[in-house]
Formats: sequence, C-alpha cells, structure tokens
Amino acid sequence: MNYIVPEFEIERNPNKCISCGACVRQCSYEVHYFDDDGKTVLADDSKCVACHRCAAVCPTRAIKIKKYDMAYKEHFNWTPTTQKEINLQAATGGVLLSGMSNNKPYPIYWDKILLNASQVTNPSIDPLREPMEIRTFLGKKPEKLEFDEDGGLKTKIPPQIQLETPIMFSAMSFGSISFNAQKSLAMAAKELGTLFNTGEGGLHPKLEEFKDNAVVQVASGRFGVHKQYLESGRFIEIKIGQGAKPGIGGHLPGEKVTVEVSNARMIPVGSDAISPAPHHDIYSIEDLRQLIWSLKEATCYKKPVAVKIAAVHNCSAIVSGVARAGADIIVMDGFRGGTGAAPTRIRDNVGIPIELALAAVDQRLRDESIRSCVSLVAAGSFRNSADIVKAIALGADAVYVASAPLIAMGCHMCQQCHSGKCNWGIATQRPDLVKRLNPEIMYKRVVNLINAWNHEIKEMLGGMGLNSIDSLRGNRLMLRGIGLSEKELEILGISHAGE
Amino acid sequence: MKITAGKQGFQTLNEQVREKLSHFDEIEIEDVNGQRYIGAAMDKGKTVRVYGTPGNDMGAYLSGGKIEVFGNAQEAVGNTMGGGEIIIHGHTGDTLGYAMRDGEIYVRNRAGSRAGIHMKEFENMHPTVVIGGITGAFLAEYMAGGTLIVLGLGREKGQEIVGAHCATGMHGGKIYIRGEIPQNNLSENINVSELNEAETAELYKCVKKYCELFKEDEEYVLKEKFYKLSPSSSRPYANLYTKN
Repeated sequence: MNYIVPEFEIERNPNKCISCGACVRQCSYEVHYFDDDGKTVLADDSKCVACHRCAAVCPTRAIKIKKYDMAYKEHFNWTPTTQKEINLQAATGGVLLSGMSNNKPYPIYWDKILLNASQVTNPSIDPLREPMEIRTFLGKKPEKLEFDEDGGLKTKIPPQIQLETPIMFSAMSFGSISFNAQKSLAMAAKELGTLFNTGEGGLHPKLEEFKDNAVVQVASGRFGVHKQYLESGRFIEIKIGQGAKPGIGGHLPGEKVTVEVSNARMIPVGSDAISPAPHHDIYSIEDLRQLIWSLKEATCYKKPVAVKIAAVHNCSAIVSGVARAGADIIVMDGFRGGTGAAPTRIRDNVGIPIELALAAVDQRLRDESIRSCVSLVAAGSFRNSADIVKAIALGADAVYVASAPLIAMGCHMCQQCHSGKCNWGIATQRPDLVKRLNPEIMYKRVVNLINAWNHEIKEMLGGMGLNSIDSLRGNRLMLRGIGLSEKELEILGISHAGE
Repeated sequence: MKITAGKQGFQTLNEQVREKLSHFDEIEIEDVNGQRYIGAAMDKGKTVRVYGTPGNDMGAYLSGGKIEVFGNAQEAVGNTMGGGEIIIHGHTGDTLGYAMRDGEIYVRNRAGSRAGIHMKEFENMHPTVVIGGITGAFLAEYMAGGTLIVLGLGREKGQEIVGAHCATGMHGGKIYIRGEIPQNNLSENINVSELNEAETAELYKCVKKYCELFKEDEEYVLKEKFYKLSPSSSRPYANLYTKN
C-alpha cells in the first residue's frame, strides 16, 4: 500500500487535447502516457513535480497542473508535507534529499528594507543622460599608496578583478548542472564582462575559451584541480561551505558521472564523487591560511584567492579570521542559497539569512580596520536588482546570483534538481534532456536579465543622487527598515523608516 | 645549482627557487628550516633536492617535477599532486598525498595520520604512495583510486602497522599491507584479500624501487606476506538518501 498522496493533479481538457503525445514524450518523470487504445492520454499524478514542461509544450494549452485536492483532518502541527516526509523515510530509511533552496517561510529581510531617494537638496541623477559607474573591482586593496619622486606608483597593488557589473554567477558545477547550462552562463558572463564559477566540477575542455570569465573552485574533494586549472581562472575560490548545506560536503551520485562529467572532474565514469564535509588539510584558520598561500604560491601570486563560507551564527568572527588568513575575496552564502542536492533538514534549518550575516560581517571588519583587506561577495538568493542594491548598501562589493539566471533559462522551481531528470535541461546529464537547452538562445536571456538589472541598479543609484556604485558600498544611510525589531535594526545597522 | 634557505621566509625562498628553475633543471636547497610550499606546482623536467626539513605543503599541486628530501618532511606533502615524484629519506607528517591524482611518493619511514586521503585515479593517471614504516589513523580515508603500500619496517613489538579507522569511506583504489592487519582498525566496508598476479607484479615493482632508493634488503621486505585492502562497493553512500 502506498501511503503517499500526490502533490499535484494533471487536469487535461478533453476538448482541447489532440492526443499529439508531446507531453508523453517530453515528461522525464513519465507522468503522461497513452492508454491501451494508443489515443487517449492519461496521467499518473503521483509522479508529477509541477515543472510545467508539459503545459509549456502542449500546442493546444490543454494541460493545467493543479494542487491535488485531498482533504486532511485539520492539524496545524502534522501538515500533509510532514506526514509525506515521515512516510518516505518509513519506507526507505533514507536521509531526505532535496534540491534548489530553503523553501520555508523565514523572514526575507530584503522585503523589510527600503531605499532612499533624493528630493530637492541633493538632485537625483538620470542615468540615461549622465554617466553612471557600476564597474566593480574585487581584490585586496593596499592600506596606503606610495609614489616615487616622479609621481609613479611605488605600492605593489595586489591582483584585482575588473567586473562591468557587481553581479557574478555563483558556483554550479558541471555535474550538478548540464554542460549546456554551464556554457550558457559562460557565454553570458563573457558578453556581460563578468564571471561564472565552475564549482567543484573542473573546467570542461570545451569551456577553455571562456577561461578569462571563469572562477575556478577548490573544494574538499579537489575534483579536477591541477596546475593548469588553477591558472585558468580569473580567481581561485576555496569552498568551505555552501548556504544550502552548511557544515556538510556533497555527493555527486555515480549515475550523474557521465563520460563528459568524468573528463572534467577527472574521476572514473559512474563513480561517486564524494566531497567530504571538511577539507582534510584544513582543521583551523591556520590551516586555511596554508591552503590560501599554497594556491598563491602555485599561481605565482597572480590570482586573487577567495574563500567561500556559509552564513552561520558566528560568521563575523570567522570572516575576520579568514581575512587575516590572507584571503583576497570572501564569499558569504546565506541560508536561502541554492543547491543541486542537499539533505532537506539541513537545507531548511541550518544557517542564517545573508542580510544579517552581511551586515554583521561588514561592521565587524570595519570595527577591526580590516575591511579594505578583502572584498566581500554576498550570495544566497538575490531575486531582483533591488535586493542587490540593498546588499551593496549593507556592505557587499559584489553579489553572486544563480537561481535567477536559471529561471531565465527555464527553471520553474520544482526543486527536483537532485533527481537528475530536469525537464528543462538544466540540472540533468541525460543527453535527451540536455539538448532541450540551447545555449545560443538561453545565454541571451541571461544577458537580457542582467542588463535589465544593471539598468535598474543605475536608476536606483541615480535616484539616490549617486553616480557610482562605490558611493553606495556600505552606505547604510540609504537604507531604512520597516516593521523590524530594535534588535534586527541594530544588527542590520540601519534606522527605522521615519527616523 | 645551490640555494641556502636558512632563515628566509617561504615567499623569498620560493621566489628564488622559481627563478633558478627558470634557468636550471636541477637545484639543491640547503639548510631548509620548515619553509612551506617548496616545489609547489613544479613542472616536469625540474628536480629539487632538499637538505634539512621542508615545511608543510611541499610539492603541492606538483605537476610532473621531482623532489627529493634528505631529512624529514612535515605535513601535507604532495597535496593535490597531479604528477611527478617525491622521495623522502625520513619520516613525514599528516595528510601525505591528499587527493593526489598521479605520480609517486616514496617515504622511507613513517607517515602520520590521513595518508593517501582522497587519492584518486583517472584514465592513465594512477598515483602510488609507498610508506616504509607504520602510519597513523584514517589511512586512505575516502580513497577513490591509486595504490597505497605500507611496509611497516622497523615496527616495534605491539605497534600496529596502520592506525584506527583505516580506509573509512574508501570507494576505489588498492592498499597493500605487509604482514598482519589489525582487524579492529579496519572500516566496515573493506575487504581483505590476497594479491592476484598483476597486483603482485605491481607490488614487487614498487618494493624494488623502495629498496633501491633507501638501500633496503628486497628479499627481507618481501619475505612477509602482503594483504590487499579494497572497498566492497564503489558507491558506499548509494542508499543513504531518499528523494524528497
């Protein structure tokens, strides 16, 4: 007996359905099928994940996906989802695994922060007729500049990364996402003058041409890490943690390690790619220092080294240590950050919002007079350009986005990335599904999205009377809280609206 | 070509090493006192001989070069090494050959904990680590490929050849252990078996090289029986999860 009630129900309008079978062919979850007569299309609701692929491809718009209408005896505590998860575990004894990101209704502080605008005393600026600078530089900034007698710069400037926008694409490995999805991001990064991140999947030989727009990652499994890889990236990112699953590693299951994935990761086809929870050469800040400097030595000090951590309770002390360990860039990933797969309980219960972490960390580094030693990159769910403007005002130098460009490429947030069956060709390695995502088309949609956001950022900057994103960085006077407690305002370092 | 390390910091020393290696294929570094990252990412065709005690991460990301240490080495020798050769005429510390993918490491005496952790192999890349003495806990944790040999030479009575939690999470590769295996120190998913013909040939080749390098008696080393440790599954965590 199956105790699991379906989550969704397929409603097929018989007046519209022409039995063309497009839904049958397109659904990787095998929801739709022909009845024995070979004409009538039926559906197994229990397999539907609400990815909307069938509805999107249906030529007559005959398909609607609805919530499965099953009444439960009301119980605030024992919700249908809670019961479903217990039954899944009762049947298998397994750790619940989810994709995408924390979907629980925790507060979203971006929606409780308001931006300022100029009125009369400080005229606003129109980006359509005046230059507006959003170019961003990442890297350690020298404490002071020294010049020789002829006015030449004597200070040796640590390596800097020039970005044409403060928006970069976060780490998503080839393995967690498809080659076509990663290529789309690489192409978009090149056109936008920003960077994509290989994640812990190595750099596929066919993406070598995009190496000037790549961030290469070194994580605990060290997959695909070798001298040439380190030299390929614009900067090297040590991954300590990820917002969606702080404190644990990752397992790329063997079935996703295809020939192509195996080539990039440099592991045999079909073997599990296991990234342990910690780096086993890093058990302390001192050890982290060792890895940072070994990477600098290996690349002759030409590459900035970033360290990515998940936003956790005491992250300001941790980031202070990481800055002192020699990182050039520190990435913080909030608890709403995405993932290809994470244990559900960890995804939904571990870590803190990026808004609070970012504000606390920026303040801590300022208090310790080491803020300019590092660039701060915030990650962990930016839904739109206003979120990004608020993050920069809270102290971020740049942000990483991933879920938003994936939505631009077709993602419908069905949160089944871990299944490997992504009908949109994003989080899958199945060739028949991967080819549904055409990089030539999708990269343009990503470029459009970021260009639109860039323009919106300029509009908001101009409205505040600023003509450079540098003037906004850490400028919390531009922010006001709404409906927040004293404590929340204190941590965010902002006043309440009306103050 | 000789360099004296003395009390220089690692940055100035390694800068000199790189500069000299751009002109010479072989260099010697004398009076080494714990300077880190010596020979990091060094390319094929380059050789560094180290006299003294090199610091952590010696030969990290080694990319085909050769490093020979006349003394003991510290932690994380050959970290994430991609090819080449490291020879240590002495002991070495923890995380020897972490995540190495290709090349060879020969250690005359003991290695610390976590040796060979996350070693991996790929196509014609096959890393080999030979440890002459005994080794600490978590040997070959998460090992995914390659060959690890522990000889246990000079072991005193009561000393175990490998420490606790040997081969935890191992899912690929082979470990050859000389003599008795402490069963209590083995992880659950590990099979103990005898070596087949091809494995014996591989073992003999490595032992021969070890004995030539460190002037040991090959016959004496091979007199004792060797056992092979291998994972019972290449997918130890395949059934850990339930899709939600």
